[in-house]
Amino acid sequence: MEYILEPWPWYISGPCIAIVMFILLYFGRTFGMSSNLRTLCAIGGAGKKVDFFKFDWKAQRWNLVVVLGAIVGGFIAHNSLSNPIDINLSQQTVLDLNTLGFNNIGKSLLPPELFSWENVLSIKGLLILIIGGVLVGFGTRYAGGCTSGHAITGLSSLQLPSLVAVVGFFIGGLIMIHLIYPILF
Amino acid sequence: MGKYIKFFLVGLFFGIVLVKSEAVSWYRIFEMFKFQSFHMYGIIGSAVTTGILLLLISKKIKLKTIKGNLLTVPKKDSGFRRYIIGGSIFGLGWALCGACPGPMYILFGTGAFSIIIVLIAAIFGTYMYGVLKDKLPH
Repeated sequence: MEYILEPWPWYISGPCIAIVMFILLYFGRTFGMSSNLRTLCAIGGAGKKVDFFKFDWKAQRWNLVVVLGAIVGGFIAHNSLSNPIDINLSQQTVLDLNTLGFNNIGKSLLPPELFSWENVLSIKGLLILIIGGVLVGFGTRYAGGCTSGHAITGLSSLQLPSLVAVVGFFIGGLIMIHLIYPILF
Repeated sequence: MGKYIKFFLVGLFFGIVLVKSEAVSWYRIFEMFKFQSFHMYGIIGSAVTTGILLLLISKKIKLKTIKGNLLTVPKKDSGFRRYIIGGSIFGLGWALCGACPGPMYILFGTGAFSIIIVLIAAIFGTYMYGVLKDKLPH
């Protein structure tokens, strides 16, 4: 039990994620978390205006159930399966975040500087979350998948388009962290 | 309802793994893009390595899905621009708010409710793609 309560090492977590992908394939489906965003658009009635959302979303209900399970899984893991300890980040990461003006680094999953309600409800904080979310939602559908669909499923099945997409993920991520963050914070 | 229980359990397991591995943490994503820890590369690398092995084995033994078809991964459409441009846009957002779509749902479950703003924005971003789709290079 003690091992479960500690943070899990990468060599346990990675293969577990592959098993999730494989089980879904075994069930005749595919592992893709961003598809649900399109499904949610369709449920909201977007298909009346835009053809891209005119599809049988009911066939995607299984994936929404995966999401529901993931939400409950997050609740259980966080509240019942975790010792309250700091994230064991590298020294250099802590130093770099300090320089950017972050405090209490690694004491929670998300930095209060971005996700505490006080900061979320400031103009800058709100814009960061909204712009970040829009970029994720737009980019993932444009690229036809996110981390689960391309980085895990696509690379596991040795597909070149997924490799290109993952290279793209890193181009964007590196530009954001190394060039834009120093301006933002 | 019965046929959905297995999907709920897969999601449950996925949510637990992503929290326990700290892959849902904004800090881990920052650290990854700074190349300051092996942790996230270890997770993705071992996931892909395991995935490749599982798919090779299932191909070798001609494993069938519960629907009776051969287990295969659908082929991605060919192309370059949509993957490199779309991927880069995704990467900008992933690094900015530290969460890709899976972790967005899971973080909500951990009680980090302000992530709902990112999730709503992501749904809106997906809608924008649907509107602009035919005008974009693919």
